[in-house]
Amino acid sequence: MSKLYREKALARVSDARNDWRQGYDDRMASAPGKKESYATVSGKEIAPLYTPCEIPDVDYLEHLNFPGQFPYTRGVQTSMYRGRPWTMRMFAGLGSAEETNERFHYLVEHGQTGLSTAFDMPTLMGYDTAEPKARGECGKCGVAVDTLKDMEILFQGLPLDRLTTSMTINPPAAVIWAMYIAMAEKQGIPRAALGGTIQNDMLKEFIAQKTFMCPPEPSMRLIVDTIAYGTEEVPRWNPVSISGYHIREAGATAVQELAFTLADGIAYVEAALERGLDVDRFAPRLSFFFNSHIDFFEEIAKFRAARRMWAHIMKTRFRAKSERSLWLRFHTQTAGCSLTARQPFNNIVRTAVEALAAVLGGTQSLHTNSFDEVLAIPTEEAATVALRTQQILAEETGVGNTIDPLGGAYFMEALTEEMEAEAYDYIKKIDEMGGMLNAIEKNYPQMEIAEAAYAFQRQVDEGRRIMVGVNKYAVEEDIPVDIYHADDALEEQQIARTDRVKNDRDESRVRSGLAKLREACEGGTNVMPELIECATAYATLQEMCDVFREVFGTYTDPGTF
Amino acid sequence: MAMGNLRKIRILVAKPGLDGHDRGARIVARAFRDAGFEVIYTGLHQTPEQIVNAAVQEDVDLIGLSSLAAAHLFLFQRVIDLLKAQGAEDIQVIGGGIIPEKDIDKLKAIGVKEVFLPGTSLGAIVKWVKDHVVPGGPSED
Repeated sequence: MSKLYREKALARVSDARNDWRQGYDDRMASAPGKKESYATVSGKEIAPLYTPCEIPDVDYLEHLNFPGQFPYTRGVQTSMYRGRPWTMRMFAGLGSAEETNERFHYLVEHGQTGLSTAFDMPTLMGYDTAEPKARGECGKCGVAVDTLKDMEILFQGLPLDRLTTSMTINPPAAVIWAMYIAMAEKQGIPRAALGGTIQNDMLKEFIAQKTFMCPPEPSMRLIVDTIAYGTEEVPRWNPVSISGYHIREAGATAVQELAFTLADGIAYVEAALERGLDVDRFAPRLSFFFNSHIDFFEEIAKFRAARRMWAHIMKTRFRAKSERSLWLRFHTQTAGCSLTARQPFNNIVRTAVEALAAVLGGTQSLHTNSFDEVLAIPTEEAATVALRTQQILAEETGVGNTIDPLGGAYFMEALTEEMEAEAYDYIKKIDEMGGMLNAIEKNYPQMEIAEAAYAFQRQVDEGRRIMVGVNKYAVEEDIPVDIYHADDALEEQQIARTDRVKNDRDESRVRSGLAKLREACEGGTNVMPELIECATAYATLQEMCDVFREVFGTYTDPGTF
Repeated sequence: MAMGNLRKIRILVAKPGLDGHDRGARIVARAFRDAGFEVIYTGLHQTPEQIVNAAVQEDVDLIGLSSLAAAHLFLFQRVIDLLKAQGAEDIQVIGGGIIPEKDIDKLKAIGVKEVFLPGTSLGAIVKWVKDHVVPGGPSED
């Protein structure tokens, strides 16, 4: 037992608090700036003051403990940012592979320490640029990758054995990963030396981000294939990035983000265990991805609660033994949905506050949004300001000098406990529905989020939720920023390049590779070796994904609102 | 113009293309429903052909297109062209999402009646519809 407060002390504080409360209420009765509600951006009411009375049961060693020690509330690493700053990983992808490669080199030269790739919509959905359904979308919100050729250009001249690469890709994640492995091996870098992450989190796609290809069950099977393959062959790779980011962007509250993300994680662990994998072999490579929204303390509490909850879930529910299996390591991105198209320079300030929350919450890596991201793909100048924001936090402000500086604060610990309890309630509800796959089929998380999103928008419309420059302090303005535009000629150039690749490749090798891929899909053996062979033979993304679509079928949006 | 028609305004809210950002479209669909309009939401990943067919079949007065992945010029143009091809120009088209200001004039020039950017209140969109759309579908003749 290492309780923070003795009962007698708490009783004395409680009496004194009641006296204070009387004075507070008197003062507030006539306070000119009194607000109707003091709620977080998620609608959680916040008390005027927190004291030891709000956290009477906190036991230091049981609930907080030291950084690097169970339940990791204060951080997964023993030395946190003193030993190594967080990885500054800016998401980039635009236009052609050449253009994105240039942006990567630019960011690395400016001190970025990891790569993060944004693909265009056709690539995200497993279509080649030439697909009729994909016309008009090439290179618009990321880079187009049709074949290994594009992958080779994308990562040209970058030291992939030293830089880690994150790829935001979901339905065709296994295919894009296979292309990356094939590309690296052609450069002479063995797959075992590759470090990075594929997002590969289909559950949150069905819940929130909505890029689909196959139905939920076969999608899970493909994900388990990548987990199994990674464990054996690419041990430094994170085969899934279990993502709350998009859940939050779709309008979820902080607690919903926390709960649905961990429930997704539970579903992946269960699926991998069903395959017969050993929890302590694969769990250490599961990584997470959260949103950092504008409500500062709520976000920090969310990150702390997430770590503690995952550690408990892995230890008690899944009986993991290895310490690394218990670690919730996460990437953070500041909240795109908190940014405003009006007075866009204000977004620099919002992003800085959100980035600070992520750092105080103990993130392992961070993307800071560019102020123009709400208008279009960031310009180089805007992306630089966003990167500098992180560098200022890391190197000027001193926020990383001590670990979990808010740990032990009455408010922070109370909020962490409260969010944890509310998130467990959601997880229980999802368990009772038979797990996340069933919950998704019932549209449960989708509709919970839709309710929250609509409630939030109505608060903004009614002026109960302030967005500076939008519903308060608004001015007539011309938006004075340069905006990036993808070149419309790019689509034809990309189609021509892929046509040349198809003309030059060994067609019989492609055909036999695709046939073997089909056999693996049908027969239930791991698809990864076949995908790597197809990628090496320059089969296109869509040729491989069409095999999945034909064998597993396709998923369509239920279109509820 | 359909006189004395008591039918409600019918609106198709649609997501053209591969873009999956549906938070805005679904919120606007709800706001339209709460405002008393009849709303049909297509769901995601619709081709312009599917959208126009649904609009004609459902006899709507207005199509609201949402785009947040920068393919609006191409996709909105296709919807307008297909409406013309089907003789359904009387179905009005509005749009919203992440659309650079300089594209707004281009969209209006091809026949998009209004474009709503991030930060627009739901009330303003509903008001626009009430001011500009008269219930009475294309097949009322």
